[in-house]
Amino acid sequence: MAHFGFDRFSAGPLWHNGPAPGGIYNFPGRQVEDSGRFIERSKQPITTGTSVIAFKFDNGVEKGVAIASDMLGSYGSLARFRDCRRLFKVNNQIIIGAGGDYADFQYVQSMIEQKNIDDECLDDGFSMKPKAIYTWLTNVLYNRRSKMDPFWNNFVVAGIQDGEPYLGSIDKLGTAYVDNIIGTGLGMQIGVPLIREAIEKKPAMSKSEAQQLLVHTMEVLFYRDARSFPKYQIGIVTPDGVTISDPLYLDNQKWGFALYKK
Amino acid sequence: MASVLCPEFTAPGFSFENHQRNAFLAKKGFPAPKATKTGTTIVGAVFRDGVVLGADTRATEDTIVASKNCQKIHYMAPNMYCCGAGTAADTEFTTASISSQLELHRLNTGRVVPVVTANMMLRQMLFRYQGHIGAALILGGVDNAGPHLYNIYPHGSSDNLPYCTMGSGSLGAMAVFESRWKPNMSEEEAKQLVRDAVAAGVFNDLASGNNIDLCVIRKGAVDFLRPYQVANEKGQRINSYKYKKGTTVVLNQRVIPIQVEEEIVRKVPAPDAEESMDTS
Amino acid sequence: MALIEPFAGHTPMQAQRFSPYSDNGGTIVAIAGEDFAVIGSDTRLTVGYSINTREQSKLFRLSDKTVLASCGCWCDVLTLTRVLNARLQMYNHEHQKEMNTPAVAQLLSTMLYYKRFFPYYVSNLLAGLDAEGKGAVYHYDPVGHYERNQYYAGGSSSALLQPFLDNQVGKKNMNGVVQEPITRERAVAIVKDAFISAAEREIHTGDAIIINIIDKTGVKEERFALRKD
Repeated sequence: MAHFGFDRFSAGPLWHNGPAPGGIYNFPGRQVEDSGRFIERSKQPITTGTSVIAFKFDNGVEKGVAIASDMLGSYGSLARFRDCRRLFKVNNQIIIGAGGDYADFQYVQSMIEQKNIDDECLDDGFSMKPKAIYTWLTNVLYNRRSKMDPFWNNFVVAGIQDGEPYLGSIDKLGTAYVDNIIGTGLGMQIGVPLIREAIEKKPAMSKSEAQQLLVHTMEVLFYRDARSFPKYQIGIVTPDGVTISDPLYLDNQKWGFALYKK
Repeated sequence: MASVLCPEFTAPGFSFENHQRNAFLAKKGFPAPKATKTGTTIVGAVFRDGVVLGADTRATEDTIVASKNCQKIHYMAPNMYCCGAGTAADTEFTTASISSQLELHRLNTGRVVPVVTANMMLRQMLFRYQGHIGAALILGGVDNAGPHLYNIYPHGSSDNLPYCTMGSGSLGAMAVFESRWKPNMSEEEAKQLVRDAVAAGVFNDLASGNNIDLCVIRKGAVDFLRPYQVANEKGQRINSYKYKKGTTVVLNQRVIPIQVEEEIVRKVPAPDAEESMDTS
Repeated sequence: MALIEPFAGHTPMQAQRFSPYSDNGGTIVAIAGEDFAVIGSDTRLTVGYSINTREQSKLFRLSDKTVLASCGCWCDVLTLTRVLNARLQMYNHEHQKEMNTPAVAQLLSTMLYYKRFFPYYVSNLLAGLDAEGKGAVYHYDPVGHYERNQYYAGGSSSALLQPFLDNQVGKKNMNGVVQEPITRERAVAIVKDAFISAAEREIHTGDAIIINIIDKTGVKEERFALRKD
């Protein structure tokens, strides 16, 4: 915050011994509570999920978005819950993947479910498109961060927008962007380099190739992310609809290097 | 007191004489200047007949690129090289100091110095300084027992591994190793893998970039490839930024003539005198 | 060696202080000419030492004669530009015309100052044509101070590029230079060269540049690649 010569949430006094802007004059001998400060309501995340990775594929025949996340709910450093589903089917053209606080995710999930019900009640045959949910999530998260009470999540919106693959990411501040490849948490630092390299080598990928690349990336993430788990789910969105796999296991792990002779 | 006749020999090791003053200045709001960090992706991998080390060439000072072609693979011994990440000065001086000790060791024993020796010397030195020497190293070499690769952390711990990465780009680079490293690779395979690992750091980590250096160490032979690859071409500027002569404003000018006083003494030898030797 | 950002969930017993701001990098440059304005941004969006995306334009086309460049804390950029667009649309509906550039400039200042005590952590440049059809560039601080200039650089490489613009566009501190209005070709070339240099020496700038050229016929867009490391 090099631009500000003051504490982030309160300005300095306007003149020597004067009140801070928005504050009250503090007369000697009379202590008045500084009312110009923010109350920090934010908590820390408790039960958390680690990274989500996703990317678009299109080989001219098959196109869509592939997304994956593991199923561990970490309680600090304790691997506490082992069946946390972090991929969420919103409707037939959207999957949302979530990392970060699991309780916040479930709360947002219930809000989205209510939105779905409201949509359904209109009975006009329309349902939300991915860009709509992406924008809505951006606003909700930005709003909460501005109250200093954030939803401690990273959301990845994967979907089909008017027949074309759509992929966007929103973090707990409301920082939002769309891209062809998205990873959150360690997924950005470990997973995304691998996917960028693979897509650079083979830009046109089929659905099964995309799936293979996801499995491979999940495996590498499991090797190096201490908050990850070998049980995971893969979601695929294509113009034909949404599929989220049953729990899968990383069963071709390579630990041969552990036998490396010193 | 030091004098020409009796010079003051500085005590070995670091000088701490300004420590108290600096701590006082820091308290007064005048912090010590920041050291150049290498930012860095450095990697190493063992293959069938040796070790390949790799590094990017970017050095940063906060968000500014301080050097675009900095050498992060340091010479240790004829059979050994060492990649350094962390504080640039610490990596350079640590490797140079151990390198000189290794050479003395080689001359004393008359043998190829084992890589473990260098590993032990480095970690003992780093441990003594409790992490204040910010050098994160990857030491690779080949000795009579074969190829060896060590990961050495600033606090003095070390690992013996078949492949390792260090620096801010280590995660991307490690992802490449985790997906593609296998035992008994050929030299070409290993070079390609190490290049790809460094490239993952170069393109995905902001503090790593510019060129890719490689160093292949086999028994009895070293290939130091610098640069192995220029990963990014510099953009071509459109305009010319040359200035016309006289563009810089001269505010005032004063000429001070230099007065040369010269006295030449030439000794002319007598016509038939023997030329004497100059013994001065 | 750079620190790796800790991700959520390491230690629930230890309070992680929440900061509502982040620095997402990016560089923006604008130059005004006699009857045109040039404005450019890079397309790299970062967090810490990672690249979020290589394809994020930081230019926002507000009308046929006004373009805003905005970077810094990306969530604030998104919110600010969204609210600004809404305000401009309301103006359009009320007045049946597009707001002119100096008015947009004043509106943006007011909107920034409205958040004086919880500022948008954003660096803004506004380029366009004023009511007389002359090129105009406005630059802002995060809380709404603004000034009209002939040229300006903002964002993570601003300290590198502003002296360059002072020299090459402002022709400052030079003997015997001819002060003549800058041509469109030269303005575009300078913006492009400035970004090439910034990408060489500043780690948050790179990937590509998007340049918008605004004149009475409308806005033209050009795109150039930069280094990606």
